[in-house]
Amino acid sequence: MLWAGAASALDIDISFIRMKPEPVATLSNLDPIPENLAIKGAELAIKDNATTGRFLKHNYSLEIHDLSVGDDLIGVTLDALSDRRILIADVPAAELLRIADLPEAQGALIINATAEDNILRDSECRANVLHTAPSLAMRTDAMMQYFLFKRWTRLAMIEGTYPADVAFAESLRRSATKFGLEIGSTKTWAFDADMRRNASAEVPLFTQELRDHDVLLIADAVDDFGRYIPFNTWLPRPTAGTEGIVPEVWAPVVEQWGAAQLHSRFQEIAERDMEPEDYGAWAAIRAVGEAVTRTNQADAAELRRFLLSEDFGLGGFKGTPQTFRTWNGQMRQAVPLVTERALVMQAPLPGFMHQHNELDTLGVDAPESACIAFEE
Amino acid sequence: MRISTLALVTALAAQPALADEIWVTNEKDDTVSVIDIETLEVTHTYETGERPRGITFSHDFKFVYICASDSDAVQVMDPATGEILHDLPSGEDPEQFVLHPDNKHLYIANEDDAITTVVDVESRTVVAQIDVGIEPEGMAVSPDGKIAITTSETTNMAHWIDTETQELFANTLVDSRPRHAEFVKDGTEMWVSAEIGGSISVFDTASQTEKAKITFKLPNIHPDRIQPVGFELGEGDKFAYVALGPSNHLAVVNAETYEVEDYILVGRRVWHMAFNADKSRLFTTNGISGDVTVVDVAKRKALKTIKVGRFPWGAAFRPSN
Repeated sequence: MLWAGAASALDIDISFIRMKPEPVATLSNLDPIPENLAIKGAELAIKDNATTGRFLKHNYSLEIHDLSVGDDLIGVTLDALSDRRILIADVPAAELLRIADLPEAQGALIINATAEDNILRDSECRANVLHTAPSLAMRTDAMMQYFLFKRWTRLAMIEGTYPADVAFAESLRRSATKFGLEIGSTKTWAFDADMRRNASAEVPLFTQELRDHDVLLIADAVDDFGRYIPFNTWLPRPTAGTEGIVPEVWAPVVEQWGAAQLHSRFQEIAERDMEPEDYGAWAAIRAVGEAVTRTNQADAAELRRFLLSEDFGLGGFKGTPQTFRTWNGQMRQAVPLVTERALVMQAPLPGFMHQHNELDTLGVDAPESACIAFEE
Repeated sequence: MRISTLALVTALAAQPALADEIWVTNEKDDTVSVIDIETLEVTHTYETGERPRGITFSHDFKFVYICASDSDAVQVMDPATGEILHDLPSGEDPEQFVLHPDNKHLYIANEDDAITTVVDVESRTVVAQIDVGIEPEGMAVSPDGKIAITTSETTNMAHWIDTETQELFANTLVDSRPRHAEFVKDGTEMWVSAEIGGSISVFDTASQTEKAKITFKLPNIHPDRIQPVGFELGEGDKFAYVALGPSNHLAVVNAETYEVEDYILVGRRVWHMAFNADKSRLFTTNGISGDVTVVDVAKRKALKTIKVGRFPWGAAFRPSN
């Protein structure tokens, strides 16, 4: 037996801190957001880790702090960091940076499970933060690879006005430039009318003003108006972005590479589908578990070193080993392009080559990264 | 008239196979395809339970066992007629299994439940359930019957089961997503493939320690796409033939030196395989292209592609008599 006798028991204590901003009011109430997003992913991962740990005398524990806006995030974090040096974060970017910059957080291992802001992988990266959430750039790069693959090069866009919508639209523009595409005409959705009743009257006129295009991009990250655009447009065109074909880190329709098994294990404990936030939290805690299994260590600094090394690779049910980029701590991973009902393709798409790793055609690559915190 | 036709069909169906056959499970068609080794054509397609994957014959070839994963059953089929005789209790989501040399005990990996179930195929009862790692899949049993192996895909381990006590006596780490296990060279070695790790670990059976690791490299194919899954040993255990998944190749590994000697292009996402009687022909299941590639083992070349059902997965050999 490999570790028999030799290994004394090892305790791996992980904190999970969540603070979600209040959801914005949206036109439709059709799809309520689950209360336990990300949390159930974390719970599944700790269960997965514990099963492996049983054979190696590795005891995992997970402490969940589910905070509301206005709660004392920093106080709770300081308390958690005093005896648990591995912290999984499900907080907005600004809060993540406040946590990461605490003197008490230096040397801790923080994994960002849900914040997709590009800047966290770029000029505002932090050496003590790794990311299992994809960057927005990874998702929007995947989208552009798909358009090139399909030769749908004439793009138009409707973008919302919430900060998340603007960030998504901005990332789409950045990705379009990266892949030599251009988003032609763009319109901003600033209606406050109730589209459930009159989408068929308003949307054709609204979209009539867009120059002809192959595909209509929709940047509605808060899920407000996007659902009322398809089949109501002036021209018969597919939609993409946040509606229609969508680049997601994970979706219920992903079923290859054993993904069906992960979905069914998740369904069993959560009684709902596994969402991108759940996947980010699952991947974070499973990455820790994989590092502990391979190193027989529970020390945050040792684990971080191993996670960033070539020896690490997480089986993330998307067909390729998921490793961390050494220049900004981002987990490399495929980005499925999905509709509600099926996986269309998975990026990186065939033909998008890279000198080191095809997954690095998605997101901020080493030469263009402004992140210097990882240079040692 | 109708009665006599029926009688004729029954008479034909009940005959033993005229030629040797390869049986292939089609994961997304809920069928098995039967390939005639002489004509290299599909002669029968039989319906099974949902999502058939693992397939194996009883040692006397009187029965064929099929893991119908989504039906939560191991089905017992009469290979002469394609009729499902009965289901065995199998635990949830049986994916892969191995039949003990005693022809009586079936060791089944229950993928969703992190359990290996041991079933007595005669009394049709569960003899034991053994807690293993997450997503158990690869199953093997030593030639002397003393050791059974389960590999777990997410826990990344080979679990060593003492078949006397039905308890684990060792757990050894392997690379990421182990898929298939085999005892090699009269059981002195135990090999485990790791799909995401891209390797085969070779264990010394007596000490359960890793003695070698086989890795693969194909020009113009990114290492991430080279994913060893199913494998089989050729005549005399001199060479191993390893399915490399989405790289669409089979590797020929020298089992003495653990070096890869050759790569053979087959169909898309190659999964598992079975030999003919003298091991001169190898039949691989190609998941994505929905076909079976016939390989000339001596020449190390693909001879023919045979269309089967959707997502062919497991393969098993059945002699004519």
